[in-house]
Amino acid sequence: MEYTLDQKQLDEIEAILQSDFIEMGVHCVLMIDMAGNIISSLDNGEVSFDIYSLAALAAGNFGAVSAMANMVGENEFSLLFHKGQDENLHFSRVTGEFLLITIFGKETSLGFLRLKVAEAIKKFETILQSS
Amino acid sequence: MAFINLKKKEVQAKIVYYGPGRGGKTTNLEFIYKKYKSRIPTDMVAIKTHGDRTLFFDFLPFDIGTIKGYSVRMQLYTVPGQVKYNATRKLVLRGVDGIVFVADSMQLRREKNVLSLKNARENLAAYKKDLTKIPLVMQYNKRDLGEQGIPLLSVETLQQDLNADLNVPFFEASALEGKNVVETLKKIISLTMASLSKDLT
Ligand SMILES: Nc1nc2c(ncn2[C@@H]2O[C@H](COP(=O)(O)OP(=O)(O)O)[C@@H](O)[C@H]2O)c(=O)[nH]1
Ligand SMILES: [Mg+2]
Repeated sequence: MEYTLDQKQLDEIEAILQSDFIEMGVHCVLMIDMAGNIISSLDNGEVSFDIYSLAALAAGNFGAVSAMANMVGENEFSLLFHKGQDENLHFSRVTGEFLLITIFGKETSLGFLRLKVAEAIKKFETILQSS
Repeated sequence: MAFINLKKKEVQAKIVYYGPGRGGKTTNLEFIYKKYKSRIPTDMVAIKTHGDRTLFFDFLPFDIGTIKGYSVRMQLYTVPGQVKYNATRKLVLRGVDGIVFVADSMQLRREKNVLSLKNARENLAAYKKDLTKIPLVMQYNKRDLGEQGIPLLSVETLQQDLNADLNVPFFEASALEGKNVVETLKKIISLTMASLSKDLT
């Protein structure tokens, strides 16, 4: 899992996190790698948890679910969704190496979020291919 | 592998405490957490069983300040040592940058240490990584038990069993008393940073 991202790529990724997620009312959005490192993250200024711990848990969780997928003969479950009372978590794979995590509240519908995620992933793929 | 953000001048790297179950990996992290609380912005994350054994991993993000102009954050993880948890152990190793092998000095655990190190080699190989090439420090833990008359492996024996061909730095430690815990950590940080330094401009 070797990759390098140059400054332009990082800036472009961050711009998408801002315009497609934070400005749409998502509370927090992170792009991480499968080792649990944070590539880029943004929030609405009201987030009080430690995003590094969240990233470590998300990478582990996604890895565990992928391993389960293999066991039952699936290639992978490419997205995961956890619904809470106030906050929801959505994970989606971006190419083979990265994971997009969004945290959003009641005011954002899952359908809308999924659409945004799908669009953003296409943009990320273009950006990542350029390296 | 570490993530280096050249714009923000940030480095994130992953250090994994590996070794047989009950060897003292979690105790190492607990000591570090207590000692450096002010540099750790969060509670220690521990995914445990009811019996207080590590089920998945422990995690501690550790801000070590500025090195070569980069703000460096070391993500410290432990693996579950129990043999049956190999699938999760392997997940934790993904993208590892440096390893501390915590060996149990008790004579009873001699075989377990050797098997765990062999398991580390195999699991790294699955990621096409080589234990002999990754930054690595040996910690011979529980040395304090000798004073209570519990039979311990001599350092020579431990060296012979675990470090004869690897020949990496080693420490005699007591994670419970905090002896050489920080020294072990400093050593693995400096080895890991040295191996990353070619990527820092
Ligand atoms: N006497 C002594 N006990 C230790 C030491 N380090 C860990 N222990 C004890 O060994 C047990 C297992 O430690 P733990 O950190 O959970 O091991 P892990 O399975 O490697 O994470 C606990 O009861 C610890 O208190 C040490 O240096 N000396
Ligand atoms: Mg443990």
